[in-house]
Amino acid sequence: MKAARALLPALLAPVMVAAGLSGCAPASPGAAASDGTSRASGTLTVFAAASLKGTFTRLAGEFERRHPGATVMLNFAGSSDLATQISQGAPADVFASADTRTMGRVSDAGLLRGQATGFASNVLEIAVPPDNPASVSSFGDLSRQGMKVVVCASQVPCGAAAETAEREAGVALTPVSEESSVADVLGKVVSGEADAGLVYATDVKSAGGKVRGIPFPQARKAVVTYPIAAIAESRQQELADAFIALVTSNEGQQTLQDAGFGAPPSASAGPEGSSGQ
Amino acid sequence: MTFQLEAAVAARSFDVSLTVGPMETVAVMGPNGAGKSTLLAVIAGLLRPDTGMAHLDGRPLFDLGAGRSAWTAPHHRGTALLAQEPMLFPHLTALENVAFGPRSRGLSRSRARDAGRHWLRAVDAAELESRRPAELSGGQAQRVAVARALAADPGLLLLDEPMAALDIHAAPLLRRLLKRVLEGRRAIIITHDVLDALMLADRVVVLENGKISEAGATRDVLQRPKSRFAAGLAGLNLVAGTLTEHGIRTADGQDIAGLHDPQLDVPHPHIPLPEAATASAAGNGVQERSAAGNAGLLAPGRDGVAVFPPSAVSVFLTEAHGSPRNSFPVTITDLEPHGDQIRVRAGGLSADVTPAASADLGLAPGMKVFFVIKAGAVSVYPA
Amino acid sequence: MNTGLRRSTGAYAGIPFWIYPIAAAGALLVMLPLAAMAARVNWANFVPLVTSQSSLDALGLSLRTSAVSTVLCIVLGVPLALVLARGSFPGQRLLRSFVLLPLVLPPVVGGIALLYTFGRQGLLGRSLEVLGIQIAFSTAAVVIAQTFVALPFLVVSLEGTLRTTGSRYEAVAATLGAKPATVLRRVTLPLVLPGLASGAVLSFARSLGEFGATLTFAGSLQGVTRTLPLEIYLQRETDADSAVALSLVLVAVAVTVVSVSHRGPRRPAAPPFGSRPVPGERTTAESAAGGDVR
Repeated sequence: MKAARALLPALLAPVMVAAGLSGCAPASPGAAASDGTSRASGTLTVFAAASLKGTFTRLAGEFERRHPGATVMLNFAGSSDLATQISQGAPADVFASADTRTMGRVSDAGLLRGQATGFASNVLEIAVPPDNPASVSSFGDLSRQGMKVVVCASQVPCGAAAETAEREAGVALTPVSEESSVADVLGKVVSGEADAGLVYATDVKSAGGKVRGIPFPQARKAVVTYPIAAIAESRQQELADAFIALVTSNEGQQTLQDAGFGAPPSASAGPEGSSGQ
Repeated sequence: MTFQLEAAVAARSFDVSLTVGPMETVAVMGPNGAGKSTLLAVIAGLLRPDTGMAHLDGRPLFDLGAGRSAWTAPHHRGTALLAQEPMLFPHLTALENVAFGPRSRGLSRSRARDAGRHWLRAVDAAELESRRPAELSGGQAQRVAVARALAADPGLLLLDEPMAALDIHAAPLLRRLLKRVLEGRRAIIITHDVLDALMLADRVVVLENGKISEAGATRDVLQRPKSRFAAGLAGLNLVAGTLTEHGIRTADGQDIAGLHDPQLDVPHPHIPLPEAATASAAGNGVQERSAAGNAGLLAPGRDGVAVFPPSAVSVFLTEAHGSPRNSFPVTITDLEPHGDQIRVRAGGLSADVTPAASADLGLAPGMKVFFVIKAGAVSVYPA
Repeated sequence: MNTGLRRSTGAYAGIPFWIYPIAAAGALLVMLPLAAMAARVNWANFVPLVTSQSSLDALGLSLRTSAVSTVLCIVLGVPLALVLARGSFPGQRLLRSFVLLPLVLPPVVGGIALLYTFGRQGLLGRSLEVLGIQIAFSTAAVVIAQTFVALPFLVVSLEGTLRTTGSRYEAVAATLGAKPATVLRRVTLPLVLPGLASGAVLSFARSLGEFGATLTFAGSLQGVTRTLPLEIYLQRETDADSAVALSLVLVAVAVTVVSVSHRGPRRPAAPPFGSRPVPGERTTAESAAGGDVR
């Protein structure tokens, strides 16, 4: 998993060059048509947080339909790993991160073109096995004696959100494990090892019947904002902008919300959000 | 209180019966692959025969066969094995090696070490006690190995060519040591060296193709060998055939004239026996030899052998005529120095000639010559 | 044209000259990334980064669990190696293949398998749960994961040594009156101690670096299950300096352990020509090297 992420830039580079050489010939900075299609072509590389996998894959397909000469290459991984790769020179055109702090790292390094835009938000939800063996019904139940609760570590966005939720709820959790990725938290709930886990609402939705989601009010105080931005060194600036436009368009927003994401916060730019830093 | 063995291992065509008396040393000799090591492995318990039984001093070692399967593990048998390589435990000192047997029997560490020192002294290796095996020469290591085997207090000592890996200085020393140490002990020693058999053993057993082909007191086997191998050991030529009035007739129809050598342990109605001859008791196999000479004809038709030393063989380039002699056409296979003579080998026969004669005749491998032996130099006796 | 270069002892080494550059490339492949990492370390902050509470907890946990796992590997691996090397029973080759499986399995897969065995709903986990023993999320789970991945190292190393040593010394010991337990204690084990030691070192190093199975099976909680590799994995999310510093610590610990204990094979199987100790006199070492003539 980790090795694949590291390998991908190395594999992408020659592909990019070849695609660029083959696809760039008739490139004319054509005006975008009113329905969003254009004759711009080439390969667009999008680095996106793992939790965006389902939605961005769908959006990429839509994008390719609207821009027939364009191909979208998607790289899904943990936001922090993606940020590290970008700062080490990986050839990304667009970066969609799962938290504003990671985007801030890339922005502070001067690697962004323009400002990042918030395009979605996510809230925490309690995930329990379908039969809810520990009879969890509220956030407070998570601190019960003997409860096996799994959360994200505070170094990752969902863990920071969990800490905020704890503060808001006035409840101190003693988790049996603090995972490095929300997927691992979900996995422990799915396998039945954990009585409950704190994951994103989108994770609960995508897990389908394997987990049952229990929303809790304090989650709204720990909203996580997802920013998207174009990378300065990108050679596909037009395509990058078009992709970001698609994501922030009504259609893109609908796709995201269908998956359980929330609307982005109304303010436009910069690292923000009430997630704990 | 004896040692008795009968065993068969089908995969190796091995089928042997053997008895060894309480203080007897038996030498086992034979060509490579004859089964000598198999014999020791079966006795020591390192190889399980298909059928057979053995017991030592009344204690059963194994009893295998139809419906029976008794088996004593090697560490309960009281048979200590000494091999060509000393196989001293490399991580223990010489003293600890020798003390290994006593400690395994349950003696305390200090008493085991005392026993170890005693046996190291007995083999003249007392000063080596704190050396590691890697620091010992081949001869020293073998001596320590002898001490180790003896310290285990075995009822039967098994020696597998103990001198084979030693150089010409160390071998005689070990031989003398063994002679001293085997006095009054029951032992079986595998050897290729006739000197070992003569010096150390009371009896010789010749093993060929997994079966005993000849057995008897050492001097007897060497002076009247009945198998090719034993004859080779004794440095004699041997030709087999059936007894005739004047000697033997080989399978090819060749007649060899010789002097009949009477055999005294098988009395024949037509042979007048000299009074001095004594019949021996079976089992210990000690034979007494009568005065050589013609004591009469033996019954023709029985299997017999004709034996003659290489020194009695003359080499001729053409068929000799004249007084009746034994004359064989042979093809020379090789020539080798033998003392101050040249030994001319032709297949299984050898002749010794002087270097001058060899040069005169222009002998070379591949030549066809005639071996001629005077009848008076040929001994004929039943096989 | 092959020119065998000489070793410094003066004995002929017999390696063609072009082997050396290729070997150098191999060495560089291993050493350059380590050097690159060392070059990135924030040396100014190194000590505080490495002695933070979470780092110390992780290091201590790693060392403790790896030590316990190594002991377990020895306890379970020695009999397994003995049986594979010296025994003979049906299915022996199959058993060896299965024992070596963790070597080729991705550790995450191993972790999943352990989960299905010892987890709450697992094969054994269910019965253990009834007895009140809970393995998941505990330090015991870390030890089990480490033992699972490290055991083959010890078994392979020891089995190889057992095969090369052969069983002739054991046969001699038996004829001297030693019962099998004595033979094992006084002859077999002392003779394979070097192979056992290097196998144990490999197991320790593998346990120290174990990540995937621990993550999947044991979870990650400071002081309980978050070993040093897991701590590094977490730190790289927010604090790259910390991650690199801790990585260097892990490398240093591993290198120290391996170099102190793993001295390589002791004396060569056959001494090089031209190094006889006494002319005309063969030592037992040389006789043994010459082999059994029979």
